[in-house]
Amino acid sequence: MTQLVAVLVDGLIYSSWLFIMAIGLTLIYGVMKILNIAHGSLFALGAYTAASMAGYWFEQGYPAMGSYAVMLVAAILVGIIAGPLLERGLLRFMYGRDEIVLVLVTYATFLILEDFIKLVWGVDPYFLYQPYGLLGNFDIADLTYPNYNLLLLAISIAIGGLLAWALARTRQGRILIAVIHDREMAASQGVNVGRVYFVTFTLGAMLGALGGALTAPMISVQPGIGAETIVLAFAVVVIGGLGSLPGAALAALLVGLVRAATIHFRPELDLFSIYFVMAAVLIARPKGLFSAQEARKI
Amino acid sequence: MKRDRTIGILTAVMVAMLVLAPTLPSWAMFLFTVSLCYGIVVLGMMLLIRTGLVSFGHGLYYCLGAYAAGTLEPLFGITELAIMLGSAIAVTAAISAVLALLLRKYRDIFFAMLSLAFSMILYGLLVKTSSLGSTDGFNVTVKTMFGVHIAGTPYERYLIFVLTVLICWICAVLMHYYLKSHRGRLAEAIRDNELRVEYMGASVANTIHLHYVISAVLAGLGGALMAVSVGHIDPEMAYWTTSGEFVFISILSGTGSVLAPFLGATIFESIRSFAYEYSPNTWQMALGITMLLVIMFLPGGLWSLFKRATRSSA
Repeated sequence: MTQLVAVLVDGLIYSSWLFIMAIGLTLIYGVMKILNIAHGSLFALGAYTAASMAGYWFEQGYPAMGSYAVMLVAAILVGIIAGPLLERGLLRFMYGRDEIVLVLVTYATFLILEDFIKLVWGVDPYFLYQPYGLLGNFDIADLTYPNYNLLLLAISIAIGGLLAWALARTRQGRILIAVIHDREMAASQGVNVGRVYFVTFTLGAMLGALGGALTAPMISVQPGIGAETIVLAFAVVVIGGLGSLPGAALAALLVGLVRAATIHFRPELDLFSIYFVMAAVLIARPKGLFSAQEARKI
Repeated sequence: MKRDRTIGILTAVMVAMLVLAPTLPSWAMFLFTVSLCYGIVVLGMMLLIRTGLVSFGHGLYYCLGAYAAGTLEPLFGITELAIMLGSAIAVTAAISAVLALLLRKYRDIFFAMLSLAFSMILYGLLVKTSSLGSTDGFNVTVKTMFGVHIAGTPYERYLIFVLTVLICWICAVLMHYYLKSHRGRLAEAIRDNELRVEYMGASVANTIHLHYVISAVLAGLGGALMAVSVGHIDPEMAYWTTSGEFVFISILSGTGSVLAPFLGATIFESIRSFAYEYSPNTWQMALGITMLLVIMFLPGGLWSLFKRATRSSA
């Protein structure tokens, strides 16, 4: 019984983390048709920036609770600096090229940013453990979890809800949907597609960095975390159907629970299980769980 | 019509390598060996890319080939080079023939992602297999080559190098003729317009299937040759960044000629070795910038430079 509860809780926590990572990726793909490998670097940048800034915050002896705000600021900072830089400086010259070429462009960006991170932060790991324990613990069926996990869950639900609401109810959201549906038609109706791309990419970058900032207290921040995270996020996004918000949520839940279950019952199959689910879903539904019906263009 | 000099150039380079190899310093030998192993993998990737498919999971076959060759010793006590290579070919051909049944229905990003998933499955399995050394991998030993005992002899490295060069030459020549054959020419037609290819009576699915298996076997051969030349293998060979490197070299070299993959691989390995030597923390950056420049200014890869040069001179 305890083990079952543990699987559920672990799975839910892991899912919320996956969802935060996947949502920025799927948003960018949905609007811009770019499968952004550099999302992994933005994640790493967010983690490093949060670790440095919050680390400094604790060193100075400022009120500990403020560290959460510092982490948030770090994520936003990374997003509004790196996002526009990448979109304006690089990606906008590539629009209209093959999707695969765009993947390669972001892969190149990923390689560059990986080394950029090593140059700035060095290769030694950073630890930002304080925020993880600050909020106290909660007990469930004889198990104790830090409340930080609840924060993670709340944030992922908030982000998902907010985005879903914005897409359906606000003017900007509807414009976004128009662009997703048909870029050229939207442009002919007077939508500034360039600006939509710019805003979307920046927002996506910010979400990636936020994922990193929120993860920083739970891991040791070191080189390679970007590469590890991005393939996981890929799995979630592809399972859910590229560009689908509810798809990403469901896929995150699925992958999270499957992984928690394998870790509890067959730990040796940990990584295997995730990609097995990915392959299985793609085999059954070649375009993921929630793929948009595509109009056939001849 | 201009005479085709590809085979001539290939043979000349092969002979030059075989003659010069004994005089080369060991680091250069190593560089060439690794480049050739990568080159043979990319040769297969080139065929897939000509067909319009980019695989982000060819590390799967690269790794499978290496493990199919390497595990023969711990499992059966076999240390004969020819059997190791044969086992790599058999295993990769069998597995790719099955996976191709699935993969041939996918295109673009979905093809890339499903291949990535398969390679990560292998990675996930290997890192947890402690009998094969988990993340550390294990050492591969070769004792005999076609029945002749070579382990520990002074020309052991040289003989393996000779074999690598010969295999690369054979594969490149075969690929060159294949690309000029009827089915080989279908590749680019499929990339441009599948529907028309079908209307003309050729099978897109069969061609993709065949090309997938060929590229997988080449990747397996590359992996096995890498295993016996370097003497060590680990699960990192199946990690997605390894597959990324293969895609990288394919883009760098271009798909214009069977010479391009080997040239691209040599350039890639040189950049990596020298950058690693002088600034270990910026070599990926150098690679990334090179890749962006190639994508922006040389969409046909480095090979298009040669093409342009010969065209303007003609």
